[in-house]
Amino acid sequence: MVGAAWTIARKDLKQRLRDRSAYIIGIVAPLGLALVFGFVLNPLSGYEFDATYAVADLDGGPVSRIFVDNVLTNAEGIEVVEVASVAEAEALVDTEVTPLGGADDTNTADAAIIFPVGFSDDVQSERPVTIRVIGNQGSETDAGIAVALVEGYASELTSVRVAVATVENLVGGEVDRLATGVEVLQTPNPVTLRDDTASTKQLDGVTFYAAGMAIFFLFFTVQSGITGLLEERRTGTLARLLSSPITRASVLAGKMLSSFVVGLVSMVVLFVATTFAVDADWGPPIGVGLLILAAIVAALGIVSLLAGFARSAEQAAATGSMVGMVLGFLGGTFFDVSQAGGILATLRFATPHGWFMQGLADLRSDDLGVIVVPVLAMVAFGVVTGAIGLARLRKGLLP
Amino acid sequence: MTAPAGGPVLECSGIRKSFGDHAAVKGIGFSIARGETYGLLGPNGAGKTTTISIIAGLLEADAGEVTLGGEPMNPDATHTKRLVGLVPQDLAIYPDLGAAENLDFFGRLHGMKGADLRRRVAEVLEIIELTDRADDRTQEYSGGMKRRLNIGVGLLHRPALLILDEPTVGVDPQSRNAILDSVEQLGEEGMAVLYTTHYMEEAERLCDRIGIVDQGELIAEGSQADLVRIVGQRDRLTLTATGSLAATAIALGGLAPVDDAAVTDDGIALIVDRAHDHLPEILAVAGRTGSLVKSVDVDSADLESVFLKLTGRALRE
Ligand SMILES: Nc1ncnc2c1ncn2[C@@H]1O[C@H](COP(=O)(O)OP(=O)(O)O)[C@@H](O)[C@H]1O
Ligand SMILES: [Mg+2]
Repeated sequence: MVGAAWTIARKDLKQRLRDRSAYIIGIVAPLGLALVFGFVLNPLSGYEFDATYAVADLDGGPVSRIFVDNVLTNAEGIEVVEVASVAEAEALVDTEVTPLGGADDTNTADAAIIFPVGFSDDVQSERPVTIRVIGNQGSETDAGIAVALVEGYASELTSVRVAVATVENLVGGEVDRLATGVEVLQTPNPVTLRDDTASTKQLDGVTFYAAGMAIFFLFFTVQSGITGLLEERRTGTLARLLSSPITRASVLAGKMLSSFVVGLVSMVVLFVATTFAVDADWGPPIGVGLLILAAIVAALGIVSLLAGFARSAEQAAATGSMVGMVLGFLGGTFFDVSQAGGILATLRFATPHGWFMQGLADLRSDDLGVIVVPVLAMVAFGVVTGAIGLARLRKGLLP
Repeated sequence: MTAPAGGPVLECSGIRKSFGDHAAVKGIGFSIARGETYGLLGPNGAGKTTTISIIAGLLEADAGEVTLGGEPMNPDATHTKRLVGLVPQDLAIYPDLGAAENLDFFGRLHGMKGADLRRRVAEVLEIIELTDRADDRTQEYSGGMKRRLNIGVGLLHRPALLILDEPTVGVDPQSRNAILDSVEQLGEEGMAVLYTTHYMEEAERLCDRIGIVDQGELIAEGSQADLVRIVGQRDRLTLTATGSLAATAIALGGLAPVDDAAVTDDGIALIVDRAHDHLPEILAVAGRTGSLVKSVDVDSADLESVFLKLTGRALRE
């Protein structure tokens, strides 16, 4: 049976190698999207991110110091320039006083963050209080990130309001401040904005999207082998397979095996490529490997289930895409639903994708034990759905 | 991989199969000896494909027995399946693989490998005249080339029984002749062949024995000579005609020398005692009942007449 299964899998793989769309779904699309999401939509990826923030901490109390010393100072790619007064902070973000990119580059900042006098006291006694962020007009993105950082911090404190301002003209008088609610970076951001001593670790942006796209597309990649069974029924070659002296189980095993190999190759290529090309940090290879294997088991199971209930390869592919999209979305492969809170944050555990992302996040702790639950959860998904799917597929082999 | 000498290669009896409440096969049975070519002749929907699917172990029969070389056949009888080479009615080859790769793959599934497999692949490529194109993907082949490969895959593992399901349907006349030649050749080499068709001429040309199937039943069996004897010394008369054919057929059926009359796709087929003597009367009745006769053919009895005689219908209506 193993021999026949392997013969069938090898034939399938030979066909996949000749099929350009297999490369696109398995490698090109996830890699491309990971890069696009990682860099364009999410500049706070830690990759080539380099910002200078002026901080005027007029308070000097415990609540403002936590932000300055822990959040800002520990963030990768952020340089903090502490100044003593609001005027100095404003001067650093005013392009007229110190033109951006000029000879005097060291004297500019991308944004100024101002904690008012009595900030910590006000927070602790729950009185309304405002942190001001003044963006440098010349560096919108980095200023936006400053807003996001402050916002992220403020959201953990009650009663804090963040005021965003843009310096339009400091020379000759009044500062024209645009005090709005923060609207930059509305999407829950996968990047650690908060205290990294928190117990749940998170993935940096590049890694988040690399892993997210990899697992998202895995559910499409593995479809080829299993729905190939339905395709062979349509083209008539299935009759040939079944008239050969091999068991029906080995026909199914061959299809599963080829799907497995295609999924594994795609995941390993994405893991290696993003690690070396863009510095993604998936975590220790053994842990990552176990999570990948478990994810493939889950994907194979779910795809078999869909194929088992489909009437044609086209129908299986259509439902497979829909289910892949929904699970990928709920599982937080496009944005980090674990930060969204509420029902979304809980629902992701109803998907293998959510467990995969959680497993990778847990791996930050460098303790392999933490992935036991995510691995078991994914394997359970795969075994339950796969058992039903394969039973139906096997029965379907006899018309 | 041949069956033990002596006994028949295939024996089946009482095969029944229903799909839902439609009985597709209602108790068919026959046997095929070594070196014999057996034809299942019947119109579309007669149950030929269903019968051979059961014989090849693709389908589970509701009742009946099938043995190959003395071993029982059913969908789980993987050991018995090695005795059968199936050539499905629809092409069953991979379009994105070459002929050699298709043969190699199915050879491996039949447990062949190494030098034996390589030799046999080359040999079959010669037989089906595809040696030159062996490495081209089959999607680039002509229809005839694909048909030949489809047959080649069935032959590859030297089965004791080769089953061909209507291998000439939709094939141009030249390829059709080539296919019939090679089937004849295989029969002469001692392979047992089960050949299904709805073309009377193919059954007449190829088959040592013929089973006529209609509506899931084997209604007659024997050599061509045996079968024709059923109609006796009668002629088959074919009227190519238009008009109210059904009314004409009924009227003609009432004439004393006419045994059977049935509407075909372009006229009326009749079995008539001494057709030449009664031709004027027949044409007169046809005219009276509203049919315009364009041509008349008189043949001595053949399988077509047998089918007409047994079922009251034409083989291709
Ligand atoms: N899988 C199936 N499901 C339902 N009906 C079927 C199936 N296969 C065949 N039939 C029916 O059984 C009858 C015999 O079909 P088949 O064996 O294909 O005839 P033939 O090969 O002689 O043309 C037909 O009426 C056909 O519609
Ligand atoms: Mg048929």
